Amino acid sequence: MPDSTITLEIFRYHPEQDEKPKFRRYEIPYREDWVVLDALNYVKDRIDGTLAYRWSCRMGVCGSCGMMINGTPRLSCAAFLREYYPHPVRVEPLANFPVERDLVIVLEDFMHKLREVKPWLIRERERPLSEGEYHQTPDEVAAYKQFSMCINCMLCYAACPVYGLEPRFLGPAAIALAQRYNLDSRDQGRAQRQAVLSSEDGIWDCTLVGECTVACPEHVDPAGAIQRAKLASTIDWYRRVLMPWGER
Amino acid sequence: MTGPYHQPMSPTWWLRNRAYFLFMLRELTSVFIAGYAILLLILLYQLNAGRDAYQSYLRFLAAPGMVAFHVIALAAALFHTVTWFNLTPKVLVVRMGGRHVPASVIAGVNYVAWIVISALVAWIVLRG
Repeated sequence: MPDSTITLEIFRYHPEQDEKPKFRRYEIPYREDWVVLDALNYVKDRIDGTLAYRWSCRMGVCGSCGMMINGTPRLSCAAFLREYYPHPVRVEPLANFPVERDLVIVLEDFMHKLREVKPWLIRERERPLSEGEYHQTPDEVAAYKQFSMCINCMLCYAACPVYGLEPRFLGPAAIALAQRYNLDSRDQGRAQRQAVLSSEDGIWDCTLVGECTVACPEHVDPAGAIQRAKLASTIDWYRRVLMPWGER
Repeated sequence: MTGPYHQPMSPTWWLRNRAYFLFMLRELTSVFIAGYAILLLILLYQLNAGRDAYQSYLRFLAAPGMVAFHVIALAAALFHTVTWFNLTPKVLVVRMGGRHVPASVIAGVNYVAWIVISALVAWIVLRG
């Protein structure tokens, strides 16, 4: 049916004009091969140019286009209209984040938390380039590979009720990325990250709801990363208590 | 000009999807476990207080309401135990011979230990 349509209910909020957000309905052509992002682009190009949202790659790599689609955090470039048709599709900004405008969230908090866990290789002594690269066996790569797939799309934060209730919580992606470097054989920075990870707002805030892992489009399993960090932290504690003479 | 809009979190957020609801159910099991622990402590206290006190407490525990509570507490304990055992593979990632030990094995070890310890306790209690 070439002339069938689908309804989008889009969360609109313009801080210059609106006290409160409202939903606006848009009737657009239904195409079986369209994703929600295509539908938003249609609205912006043809119906209402004031609609604001983030997107870039259209192929699940950049992590910019995360939104709540019918209440579930998803990449809008990976959510097909045909999954919802003929029912209306409700599009909202990612939950648990303040909204800048329409579907655009304020992401400073996440950026700050990301920097806090120092997601880069930390060496006690940087090897000069002349000594060549750091080698890793396939096994050593496999130890952290899964956690390195994170695209910083923040869907896991939108899925996490702990972050919603306690915004100081470091959160799934930041902890998963800290684990990614902690498990990297080239890295020597675990002690530096530990102060943030095992702090009051770190791993122990997590009550293992597990929805971060369900929401993750890259199968990073942040819930698993957090629980493994808890185990490592607990082992640290026992070591300190039972073997105070051991190396710190 | 009002600035960023802060999305409120509804008090019924845990009814929004099945996973949140099951999570809350798992958290709620702790209330029944705590209740059971208190009843058990009182049992020890009454045992120490003498035969009459102990017998009258046993009669109190045999009341239908108390039996119902214990059945619910048992169901809660089982639900909590099973959900946590099934989560252990997330926490314990063991590599042996260059391969991950399968999740079913990691969770399975817990179940085996559970059965063995339960059998041991049952043997101690039931041997007379």
